Amino acid sequence: MSMLEDAKQAAKGMAQQAVGKAIQLAPDSWMPGGRPDPLIREQHGQIGRPVSRIDGPLKVGGQARYAAEFALDGMVYAALAYSTIARGRILAIDTKAAEAVPGVVLVMTHENAPRMNKVPLFLTDQKAAGGVDLPIFQDPEVHWNGQPVAAVLAETQEQADHARSLLRITYEEVPAITSFAGAKAKGKHPGVFMGNPLNIRIGDAEEALAAAPFRVDQAYETPRHSHNAIELHACTVAWEGDRLRVHDASQLVAHTAWSLAQVFGMEESQVHVSSPFVGGGFGGKCLWNHQVIAAAASKLVDRPVRLTLSREGVYRVVGGRTSTEQRVAIGASADGTFEALIHTGTVAMSPHNQLPEPFILPAMSVYGANAFKLEVDVAYMDMLANTFMRAPGEAVGTFGLECAIDELAEAIGMDPIDLRLKNEPDKDPVTGAPFSIREVEKMWRDGAERFGWSDRAPVASRREGEWRIGTGVAGGTYPYYRMPGGAARITLRQDGHATIDIAAHDMGMGTATAQTQVAADRLGLPMDAITFNYGDSTLPGVVLAGGSQQTASIGASVIAAHRLLVKELLQLAGNDSPLAGLSVEEVGGLDNGLASLADPLRHETYASILTRAQRGTLVVEGTPPPPLETMHWSMHSHSALFCEVGVNAVTGEVRVRRFLGSFDCGRILNPKTAASQFRGGIIMGLGMALMEETQFDERKGRIMNPSLAEYHLPVHMDVPEIDVIWTDVPDPHAPMGAHGVGEIGITGVGAAVANAIYNATGRRVRDLPITLDKLL
Amino acid sequence: MIVNGITVSPPADPRVSLLDLLREELHLPGTKKGCNQGACGACTVLVDGERILSCLALAVQYEGREITTIEGLGAPGALHPLQAAFVEHDGFQCGYCTPGQICSAVAMVEEVRRGVPSHVTADLAAEELLLTPEELRERMSGNLCRCGAHNGIVAAITEFAEAGR
Amino acid sequence: MTPFRYTRAVAAGDALRQGGQAGARYLGGGTNLVDLMRETIERPEALVDVTGLFHAIEETADGGLLIGAAATNTAVAEHALVRRRYPLLSRAIVAGASAQIRNMATVGGNLLQRTRCTYFYDNEGSRCNKRRPGEGCDAIGGFNRIHAILGASADCVATHPSDMCVALAALDATVHLGSTRGDRRLPLTDLHRLPGDRPDVETMLEPGELITAIELPPLPLAARSTYRKVRDRASYAFALVSVAAALEVTDGRVRDVRLALGGVAHKPWRAWKAEEALRGQPATEEAFTAAALAELADALPLKDNGFKIELARRTMVAVLGELAGAGA
Repeated sequence: MSMLEDAKQAAKGMAQQAVGKAIQLAPDSWMPGGRPDPLIREQHGQIGRPVSRIDGPLKVGGQARYAAEFALDGMVYAALAYSTIARGRILAIDTKAAEAVPGVVLVMTHENAPRMNKVPLFLTDQKAAGGVDLPIFQDPEVHWNGQPVAAVLAETQEQADHARSLLRITYEEVPAITSFAGAKAKGKHPGVFMGNPLNIRIGDAEEALAAAPFRVDQAYETPRHSHNAIELHACTVAWEGDRLRVHDASQLVAHTAWSLAQVFGMEESQVHVSSPFVGGGFGGKCLWNHQVIAAAASKLVDRPVRLTLSREGVYRVVGGRTSTEQRVAIGASADGTFEALIHTGTVAMSPHNQLPEPFILPAMSVYGANAFKLEVDVAYMDMLANTFMRAPGEAVGTFGLECAIDELAEAIGMDPIDLRLKNEPDKDPVTGAPFSIREVEKMWRDGAERFGWSDRAPVASRREGEWRIGTGVAGGTYPYYRMPGGAARITLRQDGHATIDIAAHDMGMGTATAQTQVAADRLGLPMDAITFNYGDSTLPGVVLAGGSQQTASIGASVIAAHRLLVKELLQLAGNDSPLAGLSVEEVGGLDNGLASLADPLRHETYASILTRAQRGTLVVEGTPPPPLETMHWSMHSHSALFCEVGVNAVTGEVRVRRFLGSFDCGRILNPKTAASQFRGGIIMGLGMALMEETQFDERKGRIMNPSLAEYHLPVHMDVPEIDVIWTDVPDPHAPMGAHGVGEIGITGVGAAVANAIYNATGRRVRDLPITLDKLL
Repeated sequence: MIVNGITVSPPADPRVSLLDLLREELHLPGTKKGCNQGACGACTVLVDGERILSCLALAVQYEGREITTIEGLGAPGALHPLQAAFVEHDGFQCGYCTPGQICSAVAMVEEVRRGVPSHVTADLAAEELLLTPEELRERMSGNLCRCGAHNGIVAAITEFAEAGR
Repeated sequence: MTPFRYTRAVAAGDALRQGGQAGARYLGGGTNLVDLMRETIERPEALVDVTGLFHAIEETADGGLLIGAAATNTAVAEHALVRRRYPLLSRAIVAGASAQIRNMATVGGNLLQRTRCTYFYDNEGSRCNKRRPGEGCDAIGGFNRIHAILGASADCVATHPSDMCVALAALDATVHLGSTRGDRRLPLTDLHRLPGDRPDVETMLEPGELITAIELPPLPLAARSTYRKVRDRASYAFALVSVAAALEVTDGRVRDVRLALGGVAHKPWRAWKAEEALRGQPATEEAFTAAALAELADALPLKDNGFKIELARRTMVAVLGELAGAGA
């Protein structure tokens, strides 16, 4: 930008400031016939600015306090012992040697643990948080290899760990189903996800496939994955009389508080869970055995307990993404039109959870076809409950689907982007609902241009020294969700400061920063006049940091509270105010107060209103309407992913040289933090593509690489500069026009890498991860 | 030993790692425990200016040494230039690997100045090493980040290193 | 971690006396031993910290190099003489672990690293003849992608994880040992054992013996040498296969060669057969391939690691080709 333009911009900004314009209040619903959130159009506020994280200085200074960093008086440290069999019962636990270790205050097993109810399983109740539907320390039964079977408390972690190593546990083993083949042989069961059978039939897809002039019909496999947040799962718990205080690493504090209350037979209000900082979640920082064990042990010794899982412990206690076997078959006519889209297969699942990895979700919304057959079956295994991990379903489902499309494009002789655009549906292909927003074509075109897609070379034709070079594309997708249960409180102080309280979470997504920006624009306040409180179960709302739904849930909750706030402010303002006579629909936030939409000079500051009304604070709490928008529209985010790889002709090593993600996710609230979310998802996708696998030894049902040395995450050297762009077209049916962006990033990445590897080498690898041995 | 300029006694129990000494006894939890097995780099601290993993270090081994943790580099309001660069370039999300990344990078820049070669150094005989993006990424590969803030981390360190040249 | 006594040795004699006591172990940088103690795979009663001894890296009278066992990995890798005369050693060291670990780890400790076999590490849940001789090996029928293709036994298929040792094996290094019974020297290639039926005995060290130094002989051909490591990610991972090589080509023929492999055996694997096959041969890809095949003739694949045979062949040929090309 030239200096002249700078000056022009500055002048324009000043003029706008002088005149100003209040922003209309958002509606509390985005139903048909309603109007969009006016913030969608707001171009001069905080939304859309690359604001640095407001908690940044605390984090870079080492001052942010995570769950294992609350030191309580009299606190003892816990260590857990894990079963070494997959199925059976504990015959005996010899605790003598452990109890004799100096500093040990308790060895807790099923024999002396307090009686507790089962943790309500996630998705079985609005606030249910449990990852495993099994009793904890209530009986000698063992259900998975790695199940916690004893806990040791001691004055120091060193003492607890040592004593734990002295426990002698004997088992009676019974036959277990620990191989996928064995589980399938026992019979497959239909997958049901959030109450919906994962089984879609439209037309006769098999017949259409058989009749199609072009077809692919391939099997794809994805292995187990672990979230591997760098922060170990930990909690610091204390009983304060009949109240339970839990410092947790959590992406669902309100769910956890309610669920722990069920476990201990208490009122929800007696449990206080907070989690101001979470060292990464990705679906894994939920309620597992360890928090319950810590609380139970704390109750027995009446002292605060710190329980930090070891890295091995995280693998034994916290479920991960399960394995999938997928069939993708697509039949197409000569012009590329999909006649049949078949995506079926089987996932491994424990009988004690609710997630049949729903890998058909992408095929349910991304492409049109004349016939569909989409189905997920499950095969039950005796293993730790599998669970939600970043884009459950989409992350691995896009691998099969988007690789198959690449294979089909080659078979037809079409450009893979053209083939995708050829099958752009004009309405939701399964439900028939209209799309709320869909800028997929722009997304692909912008991405292709920026990446230089038109320069793509034929298969196995580029080489630089030992390196074969290739490029590939794939699409990604993730839905817009907004779950019921949102609520927010706004406290406006006489000095014009506003506090927003909501039991939401910031595990690094930038929630607090982006939502402070949004609140600043809504209220007409500077960002530093706003405090955004979150991560505490005593705050309003039941807001899961999952399903990329927080942005919408918080947005809708604050909108509801804001309407109440303005209504009360207008009442307080009364007849002596410049605002006298104006309705909620006629005013908006501007310059630390409210102003008439029609005449911004009719303005009064919050401080003035509250001072005149002799009110120190004004407190309102709002609840948004149910998420009906998702019933009226098909709401999805999309991505177009472009990858360039080098594959070493000698060793088969793969290096990602370039990567571009082009996203269609509604309006981007904060380009700095959103770009980090996109990149973060893409990098986790690179790990999934090339190196990540939780090794599950099918002989014993045991995870064999419970370690960051042997479970490979991408390191700096594996990560190239990743370019991200977005359409920034707002979704008129979402608060702020925004979609959550936490999960879309990982989707499609595995396929983009695999397709690039094919272009480089002529080798199709259909099972992840694509390690070098598969390319020799 | 001296931790962030303050003299402290080594622990009575020789099993205590430098990491646990910092976090549990000295109440300096800025140094993070990500694996406790030498595989993630979150526990990186500086000992006499060199980066090490405090989880694999028995604290008693470090008697007489000078330890600098993230808290000793800078604090909110008085951030070290690299800490500030991390904020500016969004070199983190959850913040948990961040103290280790920052401590690691501070020492890494010195290693390059000293001429310590890396796996990607083409010429071992070179008198002066350049901190190319490739060198930077290789040298920082001992610090894992699961949020995927790698690009921002590289940008922040690059800015810091260039400012110091 | 099992309780232990800690003492810091201030002099060699002091160290040897303490280290000679039953249940005592020498402690270097701790990067492997502390990890294994935390897993309770190692349970020493006493640790004798020897990091204060034998730091020096000095030229020997015959033009070789004497590297104190307590020198850190970084100190060796960055040493000017190492970089100039034994570049493969610098390269091997910086290919290993991370900078933080290399700053802590000592040369002596690096030699005594234990395997990364995941069944060895699974102290409570898996059988391992290294940990409890005679109980069986769960790796043989399990995940053994990272395991040995050469020199393994029916009792153990683990690999030695060090990169540095592979370079030392190629360099004809000698290990200096001390004990209260006196000093002795061992060729590095004789320090580590193949597993046989006693995989728990990994080296030829006698109880109480301390590694005091590594001696590198003068080896002019090492000036043209390199180390190539192949692994599952671009950095900070153990080798699937690595190759250390030095090559001297005169008039298109291999005059002399040193070749060693990592990631393939229970010990750093000196490729004697390949060297033998190469000396005097033309420096061509055919000859390199023949030599590699000679070395790998006895390789035996397990369920998951058959690719290593092909990978080792290709990597050896590529490394030799690179060195031959560099000298042309």
